[in-house]
Amino acid sequence: MTASAKEKLGSDPNTSLIGKRIPKMDAPEKAGGRTRYIHDINVPGQLYAKILRSTQVHAKILAIDTSAAKALPGVHAVITAADVPWQRPIGVAKDHLPLKADRVRSPRDEIAAVAADSPEIAEAALKLIRVDYEPLPVLTDAIEALKPGAPLIHPEPPAAPGGPALKPGAPVAFTGKKDNVAMTFEYAQGDVAKGEAESDVVVEDVFKLHYVTHCCMGVSGVIAEFDATGNLLLYSNTQVPFLHKREFAELLDIDPGRIRIIQPPIGGGFGSKLDIYPFEPIVIFLAKITRRPVKLLFTREEEFLASPTRQPVLLKLRSGCTKDGVLTFRHVETLHDNGAYTSWGATTPFVMMQTISSLYRVPHCKYLTRAVYTNNPYAGSFRGYGNLQATFAVEAHMDKLAESLGMDPLDFRLKNAQDPGEVTPQGMHFKTCGFKDCLTTAAARSDYQKKHRDYAARQKDGSPVKRGVGIASMLHVGGGAKIYPSDGCGTILKIDDFAHVTLITGASEIGQGSETVLAQLVCEELGLPLSAVTVVNNDTDITPWDVGVHASRTTFIAGNSAIGAARKAKAKILGAAAAKSGHAEDALDLRAGGVVVKADGKMLFELSRFLRSLHFSDKAELVMTTFYYEPPSKHQDKQFKGDVSAAYAWASQVAEVEVDTLTGIVRLLKITGAHDVGRVINRLGIEGQIEGGVVMGQGYALTENLVVEDGIVRNPNFRDYKLVTAPEIPDMDVSFIETMDGEGPQGAKGVGEAPAICIAAAVGNAIYNATGVRITSLPFTPERVYRALRGQLPPTVWNVPS
Amino acid sequence: MSAKVDIQFRLNGVDRRVEVPPTMSALTMLRDVLDLTGTKYGCGEGECGACTIRVDGVTLNSCLMFAVDCDGREVVTIEGLVADPAGERLQQKFVEYGAVQCGFCTPGLVVQAHHVLESHPHPGRAEIQRGIEGNLCRCTGYKKIVEAIEDAGKMGSDPKLGGARP
Ligand code: FES
Ligand code: FES
Repeated sequence: MTASAKEKLGSDPNTSLIGKRIPKMDAPEKAGGRTRYIHDINVPGQLYAKILRSTQVHAKILAIDTSAAKALPGVHAVITAADVPWQRPIGVAKDHLPLKADRVRSPRDEIAAVAADSPEIAEAALKLIRVDYEPLPVLTDAIEALKPGAPLIHPEPPAAPGGPALKPGAPVAFTGKKDNVAMTFEYAQGDVAKGEAESDVVVEDVFKLHYVTHCCMGVSGVIAEFDATGNLLLYSNTQVPFLHKREFAELLDIDPGRIRIIQPPIGGGFGSKLDIYPFEPIVIFLAKITRRPVKLLFTREEEFLASPTRQPVLLKLRSGCTKDGVLTFRHVETLHDNGAYTSWGATTPFVMMQTISSLYRVPHCKYLTRAVYTNNPYAGSFRGYGNLQATFAVEAHMDKLAESLGMDPLDFRLKNAQDPGEVTPQGMHFKTCGFKDCLTTAAARSDYQKKHRDYAARQKDGSPVKRGVGIASMLHVGGGAKIYPSDGCGTILKIDDFAHVTLITGASEIGQGSETVLAQLVCEELGLPLSAVTVVNNDTDITPWDVGVHASRTTFIAGNSAIGAARKAKAKILGAAAAKSGHAEDALDLRAGGVVVKADGKMLFELSRFLRSLHFSDKAELVMTTFYYEPPSKHQDKQFKGDVSAAYAWASQVAEVEVDTLTGIVRLLKITGAHDVGRVINRLGIEGQIEGGVVMGQGYALTENLVVEDGIVRNPNFRDYKLVTAPEIPDMDVSFIETMDGEGPQGAKGVGEAPAICIAAAVGNAIYNATGVRITSLPFTPERVYRALRGQLPPTVWNVPS
Repeated sequence: MSAKVDIQFRLNGVDRRVEVPPTMSALTMLRDVLDLTGTKYGCGEGECGACTIRVDGVTLNSCLMFAVDCDGREVVTIEGLVADPAGERLQQKFVEYGAVQCGFCTPGLVVQAHHVLESHPHPGRAEIQRGIEGNLCRCTGYKKIVEAIEDAGKMGSDPKLGGARP
């Protein structure tokens, strides 16, 4: 970045906090074990809830007998669907009743719940509940789900027993399904048949992506409490408090204004807390019925069994290019296993099709996704949101096409990569785009091209341990995402008479460090040290509206909002200082805790004294401002075309691996990444997000696998579900490409999801470079790799039905 | 509920006497009976390290230990490391190096690192990585945690500098 570009943004390089290594503001409390997570909060008079889940994969509920449980001393309530005839379906397609009335569709399904004096009593009560089932045919294969005659998962609308099933008020969208297709997404640009006719090389593969789950270290939990007049207070770890207020209000048929959500610090989010899950309404029902505060915490086993997953995907990709290495078309069909209910996982095609259509320039694209119901665990949103799956396939084909042309894979990518200023056929406008710099930087720093040639030459040299390098890149929204009617965020800023700033923002902190970044941005405007700012971000009765933490949007959207509020405060202060000092307002600035003359830096007023003089005067004035920021992006139209983000983030990552061909063990040695982040705001924070994302991507590629057999999760514990541990992490080399986005706060773009996205794709390409064997399914466990190297892993076949 | 057992032990330098059910875990006792919530529940099965405490100088997963087995022993939790020079040093380094994100794993890691530094006064990266193998972190990718511990370890064993106690 040029010095003048920085100046334009108003940063003083001597005192600026932008780009520095700033420790997170909440870190000291956390490091000392003093932070109170939901697990650590207890409300006086609180009862403890536990949930009874189905023992069947798919069955009719014939009868539920709760009498013995109700008779257990210490039990305050035992509820089933019959006790809450007014409950309403939740979730993205409103196809999911919190307490199941007549049918269970997966073994996680909630049948009854208990509130008791202790978790132990609640647990004991669950054991006394008797449920009679009538088994139904089980459907756990997404391909089978499309076949005529497949068992139907939602043949009729979810109903509560004995009455007008669902309350009056807002209509319930979900009316049951005549087939198992929960959602369909179709997108097209150009004419793929023409594209294929123009191709000299065409490749096709079916990719199979597996189940993984978030594994937040803090298990899920909630506390619900009604006051005497029926106002609801929720302690919740949601990432979207304002949207959930509305949903809970609909569920209870009360005014959303009567719901207050307090968000204690969260033990990890990663997208898992974007939807309402049945346990939350159930705890609210118990609190309403018992008139006591009720708390529920999952066990780790429950967290594995009853949390959403990343959606497993079957993806058929056909791609082509000319002999000069120009991409011609991509034809994609995917099948998403929705599981028994619809959560955000079903909507990930929004993101997947962006990668298909716009990561590289492709004139002709056709894309079809069907998300189908099965009796499997249902899929939610997870960091990367479909992009890991799409990128895995697209980047495998970039290598394959380059190889068939005898072209270097980096050169092939550079030839097709997007440039700044481009508007893609899908309507995305890349106002800043550091993609080519990402590619060349990651390649140069990892010595990719030379290694790629050398390692390929050693594939057949007889030594059992091989090395390989693989490159992959990603495109993701980096300036919010216009999914909901508004993508904005509000800020209230108050400066007290000691020049201490309270920044009240709608944007939640979920461990990603947003609170520190927002404080930095405000300090930058007001010329104050970080210690002068307190951030309030966790109480819907106090904070202004925000759409929520998702889509890597917080730094960008909440950052711009915080800057807007700070600039208003600054104008107010400088206006008053100008009046007092006789200087022109634009000749003044805020620096080093005071009002200074811009030209020579001469301090006119110390800020706290000056504010007191305003406040305790005959025309008393407080410095308080509000600001609302809505990004200049557009909703997609019905054809999925539109510029949904105000900025787009880019990254390229090179993986270097070692493959032991005797055992199939793949070791990830190094990740060299280059990220177009617009601009680095907090170097320490962004490095941490990237390193954490890389290792999460490593888990997706190599170790993590939620084993679901016949609808049942077989490994609901950390012994059998392998997260990456400290000794296994790769060397990580991270470079930042600062493209200074014109819309971004201080030039920054979002980066939260980016680092996890390309790892599996890069590792897949690296394994190919090491061994000459292309593996199209994940994860790359020793067994899978061992078998693939011996030709014992048949390629995935999927004959797409029309 | 079965009868409670009366136990006595030293907790963070203070003698404590508590009555606990024989089946209660040390983790539940610390959190629910003694109100020390810095020790976390991450799995309850000895697989994540969020509940790491020190007992007679070694580190244990408190979720796998019965509360009654604390009887007569010396127990240190994250709260006990606040005033301890090496513990304080580690906490500072975790903050300074950006080793804390959601922070849920952090208390267990600080306690484990305290033990690692006591057993190897100047550990190398590989030693640290092996030393914290049993502590899962979903947010950070471990790199900054390892760097923080390494730097804290550079202070050697001089307690004045906040190094590990002899
Ligand atoms: S809670 Fe003890 S090891 Fe996970
Ligand atoms: S910081 Fe979140 S689990 Fe380690």
